[in-house]
Parts: sequence; structure tokens; C-alpha cells
Amino acid sequence: MEKHEFNITAETGIHARPATLLVQTASKFSSDITLEYQDKSVNLKSIMGVMSLGVGQSASVTITADGDDEKEAIEAITETMKQEGLTE
Amino acid sequence: MKTFKGISASEGIAIGAAFRLDEPDLSFKPRKIEDVKSEISRLDEAVQLSKAELFNIHQKTLEDLGKYQAEVFNAHIAILSDPEFFSKVKSQIRNNNDSAEVALKSVSDGYIDTFESLKDDYMRQRAEDVADVMKRIMGHLLGVELHDPALINKQVIIVAHDLKPSDAAQFVPKYVKGIAADLGGKTSHSAIMSRTLQIPTVVGLEDVLAVVENGTQVIIDGTKGQVIVDPNQDQVDEYQAKIKRNEVHQSELRGLINKKTASLDGREAVLAANISSDSDVAEAIENGAEGIGLFRTEFLYMQSLKLPSEDDQFEVYKDVLQKMDGKPVTIRTADIGGDKSLPYLKMPKQENPFLGYRAIRLSLDKDEIFRTQLRALIRASAYGDLSIMFPMISTTSEFDQAKLIYRTERKKLIDEGTKVGQVKLGIMVEVPSAALLADQFANKVDFMSIGTNDLIQYVMAADRGNEKISYLYQPYNPAVLRLIKNIIDSCHDKGIPACMCGEMAGDPVAIPLLVGLGLNEFSMNAGAILESRSLIRSLDSREMITLADRSVSFYGSSEEVKNDVTHTLSGDNPKTYK
Repeated sequence: MEKHEFNITAETGIHARPATLLVQTASKFSSDITLEYQDKSVNLKSIMGVMSLGVGQSASVTITADGDDEKEAIEAITETMKQEGLTE
Repeated sequence: MKTFKGISASEGIAIGAAFRLDEPDLSFKPRKIEDVKSEISRLDEAVQLSKAELFNIHQKTLEDLGKYQAEVFNAHIAILSDPEFFSKVKSQIRNNNDSAEVALKSVSDGYIDTFESLKDDYMRQRAEDVADVMKRIMGHLLGVELHDPALINKQVIIVAHDLKPSDAAQFVPKYVKGIAADLGGKTSHSAIMSRTLQIPTVVGLEDVLAVVENGTQVIIDGTKGQVIVDPNQDQVDEYQAKIKRNEVHQSELRGLINKKTASLDGREAVLAANISSDSDVAEAIENGAEGIGLFRTEFLYMQSLKLPSEDDQFEVYKDVLQKMDGKPVTIRTADIGGDKSLPYLKMPKQENPFLGYRAIRLSLDKDEIFRTQLRALIRASAYGDLSIMFPMISTTSEFDQAKLIYRTERKKLIDEGTKVGQVKLGIMVEVPSAALLADQFANKVDFMSIGTNDLIQYVMAADRGNEKISYLYQPYNPAVLRLIKNIIDSCHDKGIPACMCGEMAGDPVAIPLLVGLGLNEFSMNAGAILESRSLIRSLDSREMITLADRSVSFYGSSEEVKNDVTHTLSGDNPKTYK
């Protein structure tokens, strides 16, 4: 199991566009991937789950991947986070 | 046969089959099902069909309008691919023997409630995206056809109750021959869009949708502001002859594309185009634009889900300057705020957004956004003839502050070794205080451009979106003309050009007056340029000077001015003054 904590620095939080891209990235991997925020946990392959969390600026979220390609999944998600300007 | 009178929103004539743009009926009776397996495959099929449509719409939007407008459809496709969501729907079908419609509605309502309870305004609005996607799936389940303006693929006349800009944004001009709508005014956003796309449009028809079915023959007379539903053969013949004459006239106009704009007696003017995105440049060039007089940059801010970066903006500005190939380009810094709120920029609600926190007022306050745009502009200046214009300037000190920020950023860029070109700095004159103090501004700026849409509504104290007071939107009112004269005279005293970029600049009644007042540059929708060039070439500027003099000196109403213009142009003016 791979775990990574992210601090969301983007002023807009995780909005529709970055959420869509995070979900698209996560969906490429076979591992189970979850996003945790304020005691709630959702499937990172579910756009509605991710958007329903309403993650705002300076939130701290934890992403966990569990499966054969968990390492690669976390790496790719970290990259998408950076590219979308969600984290610094 | 039935004739409807409305408001002309965009000129021209069209005959064609009606296409109703109405809200589909997606109601259904809750029912229980027996065959779970076939119900689930019915759902899967509806989802697949929806996905295929959205891929299509996404692709088309990407090609026609660019990636910012297309992004929303990516999110819609992601919703259709949501594994959690559909496993909930399917388990409800399995466990409760609910029909796909019932299960879909109950699960999506749950999500919509969650979105609506979120703190963040923007995220709350995502409920609309979910609802939109659900509508699409529901349409397929129920076998109800949804209107997708983007997917219209044969020539039609759009008939709508209320045409929203988001609908209009999806039209493909070559398929939409004309538009008729029950609601709307001449200056509503979708009317302005129709004029930009040159689609004959009549709005404010009140009850036309009620009598039209898909396929009913409809004539749109955008010039007279009238619509004929189910016309008789005589009317069809008459309008077809008019369309034919128009085509001849259009081909004459095309002969003027590379001609100079000069009056009969040789007074020259520049006819430029107003554009709203880099993709409008081609149309401007095709219509013989001698420059870009107004590039509205709001689209960069409106169509993205985050602030546009300096590099992204630079590429757009550079692209426009390069395509214009040395011809002058005036770019207006962002007029955001007011009624144009941005999802990613939190702004307090304003009682009176048109008189509120927007344009240069917001730029000087949130100067980070402003600096980013100025840096992108200054970098782009190396690639053409660039003028920068600040919107909604009320006082000279606002201009001074904006100029100071410009200078600071310019110096920084030069110190960093960036290549920059010459830039002219000017203001958009749309606030009466700036129009009255035009002589003071003329000492400071390189040019002025009169924004008549706002100037008229501020001078007349009349909201141009309010149909009840549309009679007060009077471009030829002598009060407005005196202000315009003051601005032009002040510019000429200091030897700087006087430009105009409001709708008035392309108005055939206003043009003779503006030629008489000595306006140097007319910037308008690309579609009006050739018609305006043809008009100016037929005018004697000396005659127009006396016409303009009469208009600002002797008249007390818009009608008197308009009558004088009409009589003067038809050469039978009975009135003689001193």
C-alpha cells in the first residue's frame, strides 16, 4: 500500500478541471485508489465522489493506492497534481 | 400564414424549416421491473449513446471554439464514466426492482443534494453539470430527443422561447440560417452574438414558439424585425427575390475588401474589427479590416477554470499580432468583475454591478492579475503594432496608476533581456466623467476609443438590457453626440487619433454623423465593415460636417437627428440653416 499526503495550495481547490484530470489519471491504474479529506474517503476513480468532497484551498488530503501498480499510480497522481497547479 | 412583429436583433433575411429549441419532457411514471438484466443493459446502452454524443460535442467545440470551452464536456464524459455512481444505480435496480429511470433519478438527486450543500459557490454550481448529464441519459432511456444546438447538421431556422448565450455559443453558423425568439432585446448578449455571427435574428416575438412545429416553414426578416410562419407562395417568392438581390449586393461589397476607406472628397478613415478571441482574426481579414480596434480579452478569463498564465496569454496576443501582419491591433485589458464573475475569483455580490467593482477598478486593486496581463502584452509587442487600452477609466489618476504599473513591468522585462516593441497606451472612453474631461486625458494618452454601448447607457441612465426602457438607448441623442464631439475635438487638439469601438461605429445612421465629427477609426463587428466602407465612400465629408454641426447645435431629440441624416443621405433635405 502506498500513501501520500498533499497540501492543496491552488486558490480554487480541486475544481472540475483538475478533478477530471486526477480521475482520468487514477483510472489508468488497476490499483484501488482512494482520496481522504476530513474523515471522508472516496474512490479517486469517481469524479462525482471527488467533486462532492468540495476540497478547498489549503486543505490537506491523503491519497492511498493499493494494488500491483500502486507505486506508479502515486507517482503519476503526484505529477498531475503539480501540472494542474494544485500543489507546489 | 401568420406574421409576428418583434425586435430586429440582426439584419438579413432567411427562409427555412423551423427547429424548435425547447426543454424536453423527461417526466416518467415510476415502475417496477422483473428482468433486472435487461434493465441494466438498457441503462448501459443509454450511457453509451450519451457518451458518444458528448465525445462528438467535445470534438466539435474543440475545433470551433477552442479547448477552454470544450473542457466542460470532458468533465461531463468523466461523469458518464463514474464507476461508483453507476454501481449505485445498478444495485438499486437489482435490489429494489426499480426501473432504470427511477434508480438513475434517485441516485443523481442524492449527488445533486450533496453538491448543493457544499460551501463553495462554484462547487455548488457543479450540481448543474450533473443534472445536465442526467438529462442526457434520461433522454435516451425515454426515447426523447434532446436539442443539442452543437449537433444541428442541416440548415434550419432556430425558434426558441429564450435564447441563452450558451445555446448560441454552440451554433454552427453555416447550419443556422436564422433565429426567432419569444424573449430578448436588441442588446441582449445573444442578440450581439447573432450580429457577430451574421445570422438574421428577430427577438421579442412573445409567442412565436407556440405556433411553430419542427419543420414548419418560417421567414425571418431581420431587417424589418418580422417573422412569417407558414408563408404563402407570394411571400416566399418575394423573399427569395430579396435574398437574390442581397447576394448581388454582397458580391459588390466583396469588391471593396482591399480598397481604401475614403469619402468622395478624399477624407480617409480606418475601418477596424472588434474581436473576442484569436479565432476571430481570420473573419476580420476576410472582411477587409484595416486593423483590430478592440480585442476583448475576457474570454481568456471566462473560459478557463483558473487564471490564464502569462505564457498562455502571450501566445494568444502574439498570434493575433502576427496574423494581422503589421496592421494596428488594440487590445483592451480585462473588463472582468461586475456581471461577469469568475468561478475561481471570489467576489462580493454587488447591488449594482455595472456601476461597481469591475474593469480597471478591479485591475488596480488586484494588480497581480493586471501585471500578468501587461507582461504578456508587452512581450507580445515585439511581434506587431500594439496599442493597449484600459477600460472604464473615470479619472486621470486611474490612468496614471495603470501607466505606472505598465512602466514598471516594461522595465522589468527589458532588464530581464526580453525583446519588446513600441506600445501605445490609451483609454476606452465610456464613463461620462472621462468624456467631459477628454481635454485633460488628451494630454496623457496616445489615443482614445469611445465605447458607446456603455457611454450611452451611463449618459441616459438607462440599463440597456432592460426592455421596458429600451427607447432610452439613443445613440443619436444630441447629448450623446455632444459628448462624442467633445472627445473627438480634444483628441484632434492634441494630434492624437479618436477611435470608436462601440456598436455605434458600424451603425449606418451614425456613420455619416461620425464622419462629420471627424472620427478617425471605426471599429465594428467584422460583418459590418464592407457595408460601412461602401457607405463612407459615397459620402461628401463637407456635407457631413454641416450635418453634424446641425445635429449637435439645433436639435433636442434623437428623432430629429435621425430624420436629418435620412434626408441628407437621400439628397432631399428641405431644411436649410444659416
